[in-house]
This record gives sequence, C-alpha cells and structure tokens, in this order.
Amino acid sequence: MNFDDTPQEAEFRSLARKWMEANAPKKYEAELSKSSLGRIRLEKEEIVDVGKAWQKKKAEGGWACLHWPKEYGGRGATPIEKVIWQQEEGVYGKLTQPFQIGEGMCGPTVMAFGSEEHKRHYLPKLASGEHIWCQLFSEPAGGSDVAGLRTRAEKQGDDWIINGQKIWTSGAHYSDYGLLITRTDPNVPKHKGLTMFFLDMKSKGVEVRPIKQANGMQEFNEVYFTDVVIPDHQRLGAVGDGWNVSLTTLMNERMSIGSRLATGFPEMFEFCSNLMTDDGLAIDDPAVRSKLASWAVKASGLKYTSYRAISSLSKGERPGPENSIGKLVSGTMLQDIATYAMDLEGAAGALAGADEEAASGQFQQMLLSSPSMRIAGGTDEILRNIIAERVLGLPGDIRVDKDVPFNKIPTKGR
Amino acid sequence: MNFDFSDEQKQMRDAARKFLAEKCPPKAVREVLDGKATYDKALWKGLAEMGFLGVAIPEEFGGAGAGHLELCVIAEEMGRALAPVPFSSTVYLAAEALLLAGSDAQKQKWLPKIASGEAIGTLALFEGKGNPSPQAIKLSASGGTLSGVKKPVPDGAIADFAFVAARTGSTGRDADISLFLVDLKAGGVEVRSLTNIDPTHGQAELTFKNCKAEPLGAAGEGWGILTQVLDRAAVLMAFEQVGGSDRALEMGRDYALDRIAFGRPIGSFQAVKHILADMYVSATLARSNCYYGAWALSTNASELPEAAAAARISATQAFQHCSKNNIQVHGGMGFTWEFDCHMYYRRANATAVTLGSLSYWEDQLIDRMRKKNAA
Repeated sequence: MNFDDTPQEAEFRSLARKWMEANAPKKYEAELSKSSLGRIRLEKEEIVDVGKAWQKKKAEGGWACLHWPKEYGGRGATPIEKVIWQQEEGVYGKLTQPFQIGEGMCGPTVMAFGSEEHKRHYLPKLASGEHIWCQLFSEPAGGSDVAGLRTRAEKQGDDWIINGQKIWTSGAHYSDYGLLITRTDPNVPKHKGLTMFFLDMKSKGVEVRPIKQANGMQEFNEVYFTDVVIPDHQRLGAVGDGWNVSLTTLMNERMSIGSRLATGFPEMFEFCSNLMTDDGLAIDDPAVRSKLASWAVKASGLKYTSYRAISSLSKGERPGPENSIGKLVSGTMLQDIATYAMDLEGAAGALAGADEEAASGQFQQMLLSSPSMRIAGGTDEILRNIIAERVLGLPGDIRVDKDVPFNKIPTKGR
Repeated sequence: MNFDFSDEQKQMRDAARKFLAEKCPPKAVREVLDGKATYDKALWKGLAEMGFLGVAIPEEFGGAGAGHLELCVIAEEMGRALAPVPFSSTVYLAAEALLLAGSDAQKQKWLPKIASGEAIGTLALFEGKGNPSPQAIKLSASGGTLSGVKKPVPDGAIADFAFVAARTGSTGRDADISLFLVDLKAGGVEVRSLTNIDPTHGQAELTFKNCKAEPLGAAGEGWGILTQVLDRAAVLMAFEQVGGSDRALEMGRDYALDRIAFGRPIGSFQAVKHILADMYVSATLARSNCYYGAWALSTNASELPEAAAAARISATQAFQHCSKNNIQVHGGMGFTWEFDCHMYYRRANATAVTLGSLSYWEDQLIDRMRKKNAA
C-alpha cells in the first residue's frame, strides 16, 4: 500500500508537469484558486474565451481529451494517465468547464455511434476547443424520468423535423453543437420510441432562453425547438434505439473519476478556526468540534475513496462502485455546512454581502446554490436507487408505465 | 498509486473469512452471549494455530512477522464474525504496548505467549465514567506496587496480564502518568465481572491492593505510550467495525431480498432501498478512512494520529448506523433474540465507547488537525 507513481506513471507526470510549467496561463492562477464552489467566473474576461484559448493550447501540445484516440484529437492515453494529467493541470482544469460535457459525454457518444466521416470532422474540433457541445436530454416533463421526454422528431424525406422543449441545458447559449434525444414513436412504450441526434445549435428554429434560478443566477437554459430540420445522417444509432445510445452518454458521465467534488469542509474548518463567539473561538466549542469532525471524516472518506478508484485504474482494472457515493455525500454536506456556518453567525448569518461578515458571504451563496447539487446529474433519490439496484442488487422499481404505449401514459397527477 | 491491499493480503483476508465462517458461526457467538462460556477457547486456540494472533509480532518473539496491514485484514474478519475472543485486548492493546515500550525481557516473556494463545492480555486504563485523560487516573503506584480500581477493563476477567496506567506524580501534567505491567495470576488483584451490553465480549473491574507491578517504559512516559497505543488500537478496532458494518449491511440486503410484504420483496420499496443505500455510503466512507489509517499504521507515518482518529470516528459511525438500520430493515423479527441483528447492534455500540467514545475521538481529530495546520 503506497501513494507512489509506478515508474511509467512518474515519467508521464514529469512530462505533464514540464509542459504545464512552460504553458500554464499563470495570470489566472490566483483567481482560479479562490473560486472553489459553483461556476467559475473571471473578473475581467469571459471564462469561455479564456477556456477556448487554453483548450487550443492543450490540443496543440497533445494534452486535450487525453483518453480519446489520436485520430480524433486525443492522445490515446490510459485512464490513469488522464487522472495524472488532471492532477497536474490543477486549478487550470477549471478553465475547461465549458468543454467537459463535450469531452465527457457528447464526444464519446459520437465516437460510439457516429459515422467515420462525422467522427473525423467533429471530434478534433471538439477536442481543440473550437467547438463547444451541449447535451439536450432533460425536459420539463422528464427530469429523473428522462425517458419520459416529449420532444418530437418526425421523419420528412431525408430529414427529421424537431418540435419541443429541453431544459437545464448547461452552456446552450455558447454551444455550437448539441446532442439531442427525441421521441420518434409515441405509440410504443416510452424507452422504445426514442432516437438520438446531434445538431447545429445555430439551426433555424432553435431558441435558447436563460433560466433565472432560485439562487438568482443564470447558468442553465431552456432550449425551444420549432420545426428544426436535422438531416438523417446526423442520427446516432438506430431509429428507436435512443435509450441505449443515451446510456453510453450517461455512463461516461459517471466515469468522471478523480474530479474532486466540493464539500465545503476546508472553508468551514477555516471559518470555525477564526470565528470569535461570545464564548471564544468557535472551534473550541465541543458542539462545533463534533460537527466539524463528522464532516472531516466524510471529506477524507471521499478523498480516499477516489484514491481507491485511482489505484484500480493504475492497475488497469475497472474501478468498483464506491465512486457512486461522491455526489450523494457532498451535496448534502454543502447544504448542512452552509446552514451551520450561518447559525454560528447568529442574526448576521442572514447577511449575504461580500463585505458584511468574516466569511464574505460564501456560506450564504453556498446555501442558496446547494439545492441544485442534490438534483443536477441525478437527484439524491435516484443515486440511492442506483446504489441499491446496481451495487446491492435490490430489485428495480415496479414501473407501471413500462409496457404502456407512451401516448397512453397519464400526464397529470390530479 | 497503489492504495489497496496486496494480493497476498487479500488472500489472507479470504483465509481468515473461510476459517471464521467454519469455526465461528453465529451459533458459536451465542454460546458466549448466553453465558455458557466466558470466551470461545477452541476458536482462540485455532486463531493461534492459524498464526493470526501473532501476525504482526516479529519472528524473534514467536510471531509470524508479517505486519500491520496483514493484521488489519484479519481484524476486519474478526469484526465481521463477531468473534467472541479477547483478540482486541490482547493483540491491539497488550501486544502493541509491548512492541512499543516493552523491555527485551518483557517482550521475550509475553509476546511468544500471545502468539501461541497461551496468554491473554489487556489494558487497564479507565476508572469509572469518562474518556482517556491523565487527570482521570487516580490509581497510585509506590515502591513497585499498585493500589486502586480500574473499570471497565475489556476482557479483564479472563486476562493473564494487564498494562495498568498509574499516577506517579501530582504536577498536573502528562508526566504524572506511568505504565506498569501486572501479572494478574500472581495475586494482589481482585477481579469482578461486570454486566455489559455486549456479553460476547466481557468487561471487568480490577481492584489492585498493593499489587506487585513492573514498569513498562520509563517513569513519567506512560501517557505518551498510551496515546500511541490507543491510536494504533483505534485503527485496528476500526477495521473490526468496518467488518461488522459490512456484515450488517449484507444481512439487511439479504433480508430485503427474501422478505415479501404487500406482494413483493421489501427490497423493491424505495423507503427500504434508500436505508440500505445510506448504509452502503457510510460503510464505504469508513472503509476508505480505514485504508488510510492502515497505511499510516503500517508505515508509522507522522499522519497516524490524525488518520487513526478519522478511521475511528468514521468506522464507529458506520457500524452504529448499519447495525441499527439492519434491525429496522428486519422489522419486528430484527428485535427478537433469535435473529442475529441485536448481536451486531450490541457489538457496534460497545465498541463505539471502548478506547474512548465518539465525542472523545472527535475532539482528538480536531485538535490534531489544528496542530497540523499550525505547523
């Protein structure tokens, strides 16, 4: 048991480190280090512009989409090499946020189901940051129940005509292409009537509207489709096989190992170490210490769980299911930590201005943002179902809509 | 990175699991639970024969000389099987204290006997309510004899020797405390068994009346040695707790698959699934913290104090969580004497306070993290 690189890993790390030393955009380092929670913002520049420049530089150096084959713009790297790269890229990895969905989900789906011509045309531009991709899955009527989606695609000659609405689309407003799942046959049960496409986000009839969120920010979008035309050659997988295609996409989403989720613990430990209360430093209060300790072992538990997964990758094995706990643990932690930090501030805990209190509003922001952490990318409840069914082997839910034609499924509760 | 046990260590875990499945089924645990024996003597002998008692004891002292990673995987299996033997007192506390601070003669005398199963050892630290603290130690030492009362002492009624924390000064500092080794069979100690929530693992009161004792380690260094012994034992005990957590989770999962209510397995209800998923989460967090503790223990890393506290807290929480929710998943049957659920619940809550309670270790963890941050 050790934390050391193998000789090959060490060699790869030193290569990555040297390249980073020569090429990292160091002027953003301080700003990127500070922003640990939520979306990344830069004071004077647009994150997308800076991100695109960084991605291009990485692609030129052979450090973009490492695990993709070389002919599609990657490096053909092993999973463990990708993890090592992420560690060496460090805070600058935050600049790649606009490309993560493309690299992690859209790209792999095109790779698995696209034509060779499409792969050679689209993937290298995705890898080099020239094009940004988004994922158009969730709908107002299909969140956790993705297969309940209602956006229609109807065949017309060699084209498909799309009508409907997607929601919670990250980056739709700056994306060039989108991966779109649609319903092509409402007369069969819901999982069987779906078909996957990709489309140019500048197509006629695509309208992107920002969503104003509960925390007051605008990070996601609604996307409306009105008679949008997609040529049939942009279909991914067979007609009616969209559900299976989407599983490839989502599986890649869950494989994001080594990407550390924010828990709020380091911020909370520092806050309690400095906060003076009527009875002295907060961290000297046994009640505070007890809570801090419980959070500390959750944070360290997650860290070492990811180390276990990395160790599996290092041995060329598939990581076990342990990694599925990350978001489930960290989402609730963020919310609990934010609530407790405010409690310790007393009445002033409600103040959210950056200059009002010692913690400069960070826990108040955390409080307002944290509900989304427990919903986006699989709600806590869906994640528990996944653990129960796929890890513990418990039976799936009884699905009353499984064998019913989609257009016969009730759409209203009462 | 290779943050995992080696194939050989995993094989040892499998061997221990197989051995315990055969020699320590729930029926054997119940013999001790029901008071028919004070501990499982046949199992103790078998553990010695398998080389498990001396796995981390160097060969020169009669052990297998393997190491602490090997001991961790065995500890996990002991916890999983609820082995009703004085393993934790003898191996995690007594053997570790000897290895850390024993003289060559003391090691020569006791370690081979531990490895062969001839001697049971323990640590006599507590004096009534409270957590480990030098101030709480009143038992006094003078002229090579001890006087005072220790309780609870794990496995105190069956132990052959004990390490006893005694007061040798009154400056109010850690240096007031010294450790002594007492041969409990040599007279001068009154032993009384105490009722406790986990009868599969006895607790006792030891009354020392001018009892002859030999020093362990230098005078005034007792507290420092104790702290290290407790840290090492905390990691090992945490592996037992993780083993217990996993077993409780499996029992709950299996029952949820078999039990039919409202026309379907109860494991198909989300209310039940989510309980089990949360048990998996806590057991996984604990296991990962324990691996870090194992690494720190086996390499004697400077991170050991923090890693040990984290492993101990996480594993205590996991075992308590899994054992109580295992009963919940079982419903009424889980509250019968006949079902094994309560044996895990008892063990979880007994081990949660031995070596110091959860709040003690929480306090220790925060202290240690602050020290590290200040450094």
